[in-house]
Amino acid sequence: MAYKIVASQCSACGACEFECPNAAIAMKGDGFAIAAAKCTECEGEEPRCIGVCPVEKTIVKA
Amino acid sequence: MMSPNLTASGGCSASACGSAAAPEDMAPEVWAKVKNHPCYSEEAHHYFARMHVAVAPACNIQCNYCNRKYDCANESRPGVVSERLTPEQGVRKVLAVAASVPQLSVLGIAGPGDALYDWKKTKATFDAVVKELPDIKLCLSTNGLALPDHVDEIVAMNIDHVTITINMIDPEIGAKIYPWIFHQHKRYEGLEAARILHERQMLGLDMLVARGVLVKVNSVLIPGVNDEHLIEVNREVKKRGAFLHNVMPLISDAAHGTHFGLTGQRGPTAEELKKVQDACEGGTKLMRHCRQCRADAVGMLGEDRGQEFTLDKLPETIEIDFARREAYRRQIEAKRELAAFARMEVKPMETKPSRVLTVAVATKGDNLINQHFGHAKEFLIYRADALGVSFLGARKIDDQYCQGGLGEDSSLSRIVALIRDCDAMLCAKIGGCPWGELAAAGIEPIDDYAHEFIEPSIAALYAKRCADAPADA
Repeated sequence: MAYKIVASQCSACGACEFECPNAAIAMKGDGFAIAAAKCTECEGEEPRCIGVCPVEKTIVKA
Repeated sequence: MMSPNLTASGGCSASACGSAAAPEDMAPEVWAKVKNHPCYSEEAHHYFARMHVAVAPACNIQCNYCNRKYDCANESRPGVVSERLTPEQGVRKVLAVAASVPQLSVLGIAGPGDALYDWKKTKATFDAVVKELPDIKLCLSTNGLALPDHVDEIVAMNIDHVTITINMIDPEIGAKIYPWIFHQHKRYEGLEAARILHERQMLGLDMLVARGVLVKVNSVLIPGVNDEHLIEVNREVKKRGAFLHNVMPLISDAAHGTHFGLTGQRGPTAEELKKVQDACEGGTKLMRHCRQCRADAVGMLGEDRGQEFTLDKLPETIEIDFARREAYRRQIEAKRELAAFARMEVKPMETKPSRVLTVAVATKGDNLINQHFGHAKEFLIYRADALGVSFLGARKIDDQYCQGGLGEDSSLSRIVALIRDCDAMLCAKIGGCPWGELAAAGIEPIDDYAHEFIEPSIAALYAKRCADAPADA
């Protein structure tokens, strides 16, 4: 269970990085990536990374 | 002999009394804060340069006029940048600009993103810059949502200018501008989002005003959405103590990929913008010299030298000549004194109030008519009437949109169209061909006032026109 970031969509603003409660998101190349092992999908809450991401359909189920 | 009372008794030009306030009519402590800030003082924008660094890209709201994926080197508008910088890169860029542009007086962080939501990066940049460049002023722009959380730090860091973008005070209208906000780790939509944003904006504004921070309010004029409403916004922010209100036109184009661009929401015409700005006059002071600059702009307000200072062009070692910066500021103080004396000589005309002269001016700074017509990138528009000379705004000659090319019209005929409503055009020099075209369009080209101060020259021209006109005209 984890989310992933569609690299071609990512605007690299980094908002998801500091909203992630699990420190699962970090810069990778020109954009950001989610470490699947750390992602908990926010355990039933609205995923924060999706909530803050300014580009629709950028963060999706892995 | 010139007595200072002359200004107080009504001798000051209108442009020195409005947003364009000059030292003669401003509280000394306020003047001290704005005098070197080109965005907060119309007077200062003739002498000083600003730069933005795009170090804080994360944002906590979505606006319908913003598309976060957009980037174009030829586009000149807020929120657009060519490269994002880490705080370390941002600091290097600031120092490199300071080393070669002595006019640089202000560093702003103004997107893309929200300087206060992405606060760690904003703070890291400011802290490091101030250490190396203690004579620089700091300012930032925010949507206001995170503002109440950072007011005390803003004060502690000596940031004495904050711009809040406030497009509404009615959440019903806000819901048409903001599809969502992200607050306390949660996304809110619709009316609830707009209500929270509004409350946080008002709270933040009150907190800043209470602490003596100068607040500029930016409003984006969106025809059919908030045009009439901005008059209420103006009244409200004045009541709460905002220093300056800047009503800017929506820039909308399907090619930008914004919600408004894609749904065909148009921007206002120059007339619609002026109508709202005029209706706000008398409320909070209006800013009329805004150029809606890019989030990585560098230079005087009318120019953007950002492309000269991209990361790959920054020198390895940067040495700042502080003596040169200091000398520049001393020189400006002397120029200002001259300009202030010149303004004092502008007396109100005893003439029919209906007599109005609209003038376009080509300038490259220092408050002087010192630009060659052919080199002008913009015109400053002034109005002279029985009450004095007032500044109406700046008009860019060529918005180089991405489509490129000159289109069907020659650039000269586009310039004529740009200033068609003007009676005269003042510049340092003009060639014979453009002279003829302007004159044919009813705009008198004048280079008699070359290298003289702008406002006194317009006043002199106005007096001359009144004297030449038949008594019953």
